[in-house]
Amino acid sequence: MEGTAVRRRLNWQTGTVEELVSETPRTRSIRLGLPCWSGHRPGQHVDVRLTAEDGYHAQRSYSIASAPEDENLVLTVERLDDGEVSPFLVDELRTGDELELRGPIGGYFVWETARGGPLLLVAGGSGVVPLRAMLRHHRASGSAVPVRLLYSARSLPDVIYRDELTRLTGNNAIDVHFTLTREQPVGWRGYRRRIDRELLAEVAWPAVDRPLVYVCGPTDFVETAAAALVALGHEPGRIRLERFGGTGGSA
Amino acid sequence: MRFTRGFRSRSGPNADSARVPPGQYATDGFPVLSAGPTPHTPLADWTFTLRGLVDTPISWTWDELRALPHETVTVDIHCVTKWSKLGTSWTGVSLDTLLDGVDTAADYALAFSDGGYTTNIPLADLTDGQAWIAFEYDGEPLEPVHGGPARLLVPHLYFWKSAKWVRGLELGDDDVPGFWEQYGYHNYGDPWKEQRYAGD
Repeated sequence: MEGTAVRRRLNWQTGTVEELVSETPRTRSIRLGLPCWSGHRPGQHVDVRLTAEDGYHAQRSYSIASAPEDENLVLTVERLDDGEVSPFLVDELRTGDELELRGPIGGYFVWETARGGPLLLVAGGSGVVPLRAMLRHHRASGSAVPVRLLYSARSLPDVIYRDELTRLTGNNAIDVHFTLTREQPVGWRGYRRRIDRELLAEVAWPAVDRPLVYVCGPTDFVETAAAALVALGHEPGRIRLERFGGTGGSA
Repeated sequence: MRFTRGFRSRSGPNADSARVPPGQYATDGFPVLSAGPTPHTPLADWTFTLRGLVDTPISWTWDELRALPHETVTVDIHCVTKWSKLGTSWTGVSLDTLLDGVDTAADYALAFSDGGYTTNIPLADLTDGQAWIAFEYDGEPLEPVHGGPARLLVPHLYFWKSAKWVRGLELGDDDVPGFWEQYGYHNYGDPWKEQRYAGD
């Protein structure tokens, strides 16, 4: 474990919403202007705090979608229908609004060019967000590390960063595979089932190539993918996981 | 205080405030967080060990641990990722039982787990009925995804201190930061003081 002691205090700061982009019907990217952002590493997250007029606070963590090299910090948020914070961020927030946050937070689920590769990224749904920060960092830093992204979404309209990821496939170092688990467009030539051991065996580098693996998605997705990768012989110590999904009924 | 335009509280201020620490919300689910794949150590190979600043390291096999006096406790747990779960029921062996008769001058413990996870806790926070090695949740064997076969349970600290897949404690004079503590999470982690990150 490469400990990166972050010992400075993480103070709350107020950012300004500069741009909002609807990525899918359920997700929105929020570009923020921040007074004092000290930078982040690809894969880290922030805490966002909302305050109601009666003084009630709600805090949640959101992955950073932008690369350290990008000019602005961008968060991409998926609406959880029973959520308290995400529906506000996806449906109510407007350009020019202020948003309190602090970060960056985390340091294990981080990939930087210097860590090398090959790099295997496995995304379920909005789990693609921190992996997108890694992909943007890969490109911005001119990395030659070979990358494979396997992205599982319900349908093509649910694919976040669809144009950006499709364009990436033109990059020699980056190989993007989609699997659409519920609905596929006519003529779809990608995968069409949930991620399992066989699918990972097809897409991932063999364990003997010792890829660095990052898996992000809902708990069950992450658990399935990680167990399958271990069963395929990948070293547990080279598999890093990040889970989300709020408080869903995962047992 | 700075308000967020258009944001209204769902539950009103101070809902459950006696039991839900600041910045947390109560959930009925049981979210899972772990940094690496879930380990599956066969019970025949499983031991729990106290080592470090002790005369001789002590180990219990799975059967030996299960034969010790155990208790069922109902506690509230608080994850640094903001969820709290109230009234959770766990069965396990109190650390008081395991440390009984252990002669140590240590002030700190570093819990270590299968998969390489560690977390540091003052020894004083593990004694006097404050911590358990838990092997049942809600009357059922603890599932691997939640830390089974056994996890540390220290409910008065943020839940990352309740190390999943725990295999022992390294006792020592020095407070050695564990896994998340090295990545900037708070060294102590009191949810009532909202000690999430270093400096909080």
